Amino acid sequence: MSSTTYSRRRFLQTGGTLTGGLLVSFFIPASAKRLGEKAASADVLFVPNAYLSITPDNNIKILLSHVEMGQGVWTTLPMLMAEELDCDWDKISVEHAPPGEPYKHTAYGIQITGGSTSTWSEFDRYRNAGATARALLVQAAAQKLNVPVSAIKTEKGFVIAGDKRISYGELAEAASKLPAPTNVTLKDKKDWQYLGKPMRRLDAKAKTNGAAKFGLDVYFPDMLIAVVAHSPVFGGTVKTFDASAAKAVKGVRDVVKIPTGVAVIADHFWAAKKGRDALKIDWDPGAGKSFDTVSQFQEYKKLAGTKGTPAGKAGAVDEAMPKTTKKIQAEYIFPYLAHATMEPMNCTVKVTGNTCEIWTGTQMPGLDQAAAAKILGFKPEQVTLHTQFLGGGFGRRATPGSDFVSEAVQVAKASGKPIKLVWSREDDMRGGYYRPAFLHQVTIGLGNDGLPAAWQHRIVGQSIVAGTPFEGMIKDGIDATSVEGVNDSPYLESIPNYSIELHSPKTPVSVLWWRSVGHTHTAFVMETLIDELATAAGKDPVAYRRSILKSKRHLGVLELAAEKAGWNNPLPAGQFRGIAVHESFGSFVAQVAEISIDKGQLKVHRVVCAVDCGTAINPEGVRAQMESGIIFGLTAVLYGEITLENGQVKQRNFHDYKILRMNEAPLIEVHILESGEKMGGCGEPGTPPIAPAIANAIFAATGKRVRQLPLKPADLKQA
Amino acid sequence: MITLTVNDQSYTVDVEPTMPLLWVLRDVLHLTGTKYGCGMAQCGACTVHLNGEAVRSCVTTVARAVNQKVITIEGLSSNNTHPLQRAWAEEDVPQCGYCQSGQIMSAAVLLRENPNPTDQDIDDAMSGNICRCGTYQRIRKAIHRAASLQKEGGVQ
Ligand code: FES
Ligand code: FES
Repeated sequence: MSSTTYSRRRFLQTGGTLTGGLLVSFFIPASAKRLGEKAASADVLFVPNAYLSITPDNNIKILLSHVEMGQGVWTTLPMLMAEELDCDWDKISVEHAPPGEPYKHTAYGIQITGGSTSTWSEFDRYRNAGATARALLVQAAAQKLNVPVSAIKTEKGFVIAGDKRISYGELAEAASKLPAPTNVTLKDKKDWQYLGKPMRRLDAKAKTNGAAKFGLDVYFPDMLIAVVAHSPVFGGTVKTFDASAAKAVKGVRDVVKIPTGVAVIADHFWAAKKGRDALKIDWDPGAGKSFDTVSQFQEYKKLAGTKGTPAGKAGAVDEAMPKTTKKIQAEYIFPYLAHATMEPMNCTVKVTGNTCEIWTGTQMPGLDQAAAAKILGFKPEQVTLHTQFLGGGFGRRATPGSDFVSEAVQVAKASGKPIKLVWSREDDMRGGYYRPAFLHQVTIGLGNDGLPAAWQHRIVGQSIVAGTPFEGMIKDGIDATSVEGVNDSPYLESIPNYSIELHSPKTPVSVLWWRSVGHTHTAFVMETLIDELATAAGKDPVAYRRSILKSKRHLGVLELAAEKAGWNNPLPAGQFRGIAVHESFGSFVAQVAEISIDKGQLKVHRVVCAVDCGTAINPEGVRAQMESGIIFGLTAVLYGEITLENGQVKQRNFHDYKILRMNEAPLIEVHILESGEKMGGCGEPGTPPIAPAIANAIFAATGKRVRQLPLKPADLKQA
Repeated sequence: MITLTVNDQSYTVDVEPTMPLLWVLRDVLHLTGTKYGCGMAQCGACTVHLNGEAVRSCVTTVARAVNQKVITIEGLSSNNTHPLQRAWAEEDVPQCGYCQSGQIMSAAVLLRENPNPTDQDIDDAMSGNICRCGTYQRIRKAIHRAASLQKEGGVQ
């Protein structure tokens, strides 16, 4: 056993004079080690493109244009590369790419991880990068061995010609001097050795021994911790503040005012938090102080009674509706939802002269880099951003306004100190950027055949992109993220007259994309209404959907889920099932939920999920994302709700914003339908169907329709 | 000055005795494998072993750890050899990974005390640990797998 004496204060005073092997090595921060590695990249011989480098000892480093937040790109993107490169899977190391031109999204044109797009959008680029490198290595080998290229095979990081075997590493230098081929041929699907096979995660080891570095784990010797007191009301500002008690807290180094509040800077989080508790701040709450969610929904209800901006239309609803004999009217309410990523928001900033370094977990490194540069009066190139593992994203770490990164930069700028901004769980829960609250009002007129003849659908809810740099996404007054899942519903094809309208009121509350975005509420409305129509028509929910769905891929997963769940077989007494099918982000997912209600408590026993994402690159990753999406959606069904009163968020932490726990987690079975059709994503599409599947099962159990999430005790009582 | 033993190494730190062990580990000793999730014993991300018991380090004062044996995820095994770490990789458990140190530290105590846990035992022992990525099913499977690995390889 060795012994180490360490005092933060002394360390700060003496800086680099600390001696002793153990102590020094102990305090070499991982981030500095990384920097050192980059500086010493002279031994990286072969960088055939921006995504890949090969060292003489045959190690492969792959740079990710997308960030790892749990969805598995740390494994999937290397699979794409490895397939074409023919390298040794065990010799791959992975790093997040810095912000930069080569790493921009192939479809979106900015550097972003979101919209469940990583795999399909990189499917060609990463395979091409691997194939280009392989072609150069083969050519280098052909020259070295004086054989034709056609006589050369590759296998697991080696070039093979007859009885000769040369490692890629040995060929790397020669290959790096060759001109890149103008085009390469990619492998045929039938020859794939990695793609389509379940591959284990490359980040599993680091994520089971404490080695994985998240934003919150960043450390370097002179770094301090900053905690910010935010206005309790959205949009509030600091009138005056008294920092004397805060400064008296042991370990507090500084207190500075920034645009979003007052920052306390200290040796460690505990001192910073105590310092913040000791601040006396007089807030000007501004206009947001009278906002509350109860009156918000009353307003929304009124709005829904008026015509909105047209988002989709066929036939003439106004004429057709009065002619229908039977009507279904429904109003749905969806609350604000917090992402509540397991790792709260944080960001580390160090400004030195005219350069700035940032360490954080972000889904949009390029925008964050630009936002930081703007605050500092720098050019983006003067800002280096090191993306860390994200302790969950779900959309929260993709703020168009770079909220937490900007705040950290403001603290560093105002204090002149290198700081790590840390949001407490409470800051995170109350910090906004929620899934917007929504209200839907739907009137359906049924024809004599029991099919919908007229469908009027009004949606009320705040736009996610309005007032952000992404505002250009609004077309003809419609933010597509508010209506997706309704105005592109596959059922519309079978409805002769429909009108979809949108109201996008503004509120003081900041809102954002939340895993599966608009589909979080639209799938619920559509799939519970279709179930209701089935009941009205006296038909089985699966049979009814079959009769009005024309989309082959919807039908494919519907049938698969029903079959695997044994839809036509009876369940044990007291158990009930519900089904839902929904497409989002290009993938088609159907889920059957089996539930029981015991003493007013809902239990979800099993969820059977069928997914068609076109081609499942990593089937194990697809399964994991479906499981994850289902638990995420189920949490929202049972518990998810952010409410405001007097402009203030009432929820604080996991005791009043509950997250599903293991004892509540159902058995989940995932079945992949390998259709070979256009590829879709998997990070989000698992979420939308679970809530309506559960609600439909609840109807089977109680005879009552669920019109509001999360579930209330009354929803679980018999009709 | 407070002296404590973490992963068989002794440290002396200049902090207040009421400071939670979590922040001493993370911000003073820079053992960042132990995570902060809630600060109020709700999520289990900060779970460490104090004399072999799983405790939530966010609500455990550093004073309680004086002269006691603290083990963090970094000290669970050398080179990922603990049956749980092996099982976690084999079952592809981690997603974002942020909760997993705490999950494994909770599971380690369960497995030591109950080498053959049932699903119910696992639910009982693990329901204090939140995983926002929803890896519960895989955690269950991995604990069963680790139980078999532990039997094959003997107790660590
Ligand atoms: S951080 Fe300790 S239980 Fe959540
Ligand atoms: S793996 Fe992300 S919170 Fe558990």
